Amino acid sequence: MNQKPLALKILDLVSMLLLLAAAYLAIVVAPTEKVMGDVQRVFYFHVGTAWVALIGFVFTAVLSVIYLITKNLKWDRIQVAAVEVSVVFFLITIILGSIWARPAWNTWWTWDPRLTTAAIAELIYIAYFMLRQGIDDPDKRARFGAVYALIGGLSAPITFFAIRLFRTIHPVVIAGANAEAEGNFSMSGDMLTAFFFALFAFTIIFIDLFWNRIRLGEYQNEVEERKLKAAY
Amino acid sequence: MDDRRRAADQSGQWSNDHGQNAGGFFKAIGAIVWKDLRAEFRSWELISAMLVFSLLVILIFNFALELDIKTRQSVTAGVLWATFAFAGTLGLNRSMALEKDRGCLDGLLLAPVDRSAIYFGKFFSNLAFMLIVEAIVLPVYSVLYNTNLFQPGLLLVILLGSVGYTSIGTLLATMSVQTRARDILLPILLFPVVFAVLLAAVRASGGILDNLTIADIAFPINLLITYDVIFIAASFMLFDSIVEE
Repeated sequence: MNQKPLALKILDLVSMLLLLAAAYLAIVVAPTEKVMGDVQRVFYFHVGTAWVALIGFVFTAVLSVIYLITKNLKWDRIQVAAVEVSVVFFLITIILGSIWARPAWNTWWTWDPRLTTAAIAELIYIAYFMLRQGIDDPDKRARFGAVYALIGGLSAPITFFAIRLFRTIHPVVIAGANAEAEGNFSMSGDMLTAFFFALFAFTIIFIDLFWNRIRLGEYQNEVEERKLKAAY
Repeated sequence: MDDRRRAADQSGQWSNDHGQNAGGFFKAIGAIVWKDLRAEFRSWELISAMLVFSLLVILIFNFALELDIKTRQSVTAGVLWATFAFAGTLGLNRSMALEKDRGCLDGLLLAPVDRSAIYFGKFFSNLAFMLIVEAIVLPVYSVLYNTNLFQPGLLLVILLGSVGYTSIGTLLATMSVQTRARDILLPILLFPVVFAVLLAAVRASGGILDNLTIADIAFPINLLITYDVIFIAASFMLFDSIVEE
């Protein structure tokens, strides 16, 4: 087994420190929002996790194309890592959003376009893992996974537009405003600092987890290969 | 497989002559559809199962939602599409499982035709089964609930929705029958992906049943068309990589 690279060890440590710093900025430094109060602090991590998860999902679709062209299993391992880490981050996004929505919207959940698309996207990528589980042949598993991830990536934006058939109450804090949004606010200086720091911190944490997961995938692959060798 | 293809290429069966190639392509599609329809009209296995299942779903909805005159007005579109979606997975699963079970799919793959012809063949036959079932369910529903469902707009929406549903359903069913979980996997794979199509179809059908003008329901109809085009194109391109051995 190869040793964990030094860069990754450092990145592990840096991610942990960044997470602590982001939490400090969000909880202590950022001022309390006037209307919503402390629950608004959820926002920093909510957007931070959503940001990396969405980038992860877009990256997944790109990896599908790369795998289907090159047929190199390395890309499949990278894709699994991207989907897995993104699914976890996206679940955190949904849960945090729900915690915020309870006091802000007076409900844990509403079938708003963004919420519905988020739920559907999460289900698509969970289905992705269920599909992979049912296939033993690694090449076939990789091909099917890539095809399904690509279809999922295509359908998610369409779903988003489809639910536009109904009105949205999700606030749009960054770029543009939604007149019907409930719980909108504008950010002050310290809030912006906390916000951008959270984005930065989660990006680094995502890269760290992603890297670790790719290494795990390589080990899994090795175990599978050795099992096959032992079987013959 | 590739060797065979190459051999076929050299022997001229895969000529670059577009006219001839396109003719062969459509012939292959026609042959697959014809085979499926003939097999079906001999056994009535698939359509009868889908049909009985649809009627049962409507029956369950009737009591689950208490479809009295008032509620009926607002939920007819939803009940219809939920019924079609459930019955559709049944048909798709069976249609692809039949191919997989006795190695028919391998036989089809050995045929010197373009792989996408196989996809379109299966797509059209699955679509035909779904439309046949819908053509029976609609009058039954109309009679049971005394609503007229035979409106040209609604039929168009049902056609567009079914095209979107079966286009991606055929692709995903080809995938799911090749896995260990088989039957249970298809709805899990399919429903989140066709969510948009069902939503737009329900919206459009509901609008037509409420006597809205075409302009009012233009958005869901456009969405259905967009969806159909994107997913037929995607399936056409991706089918190759899910049947390759």
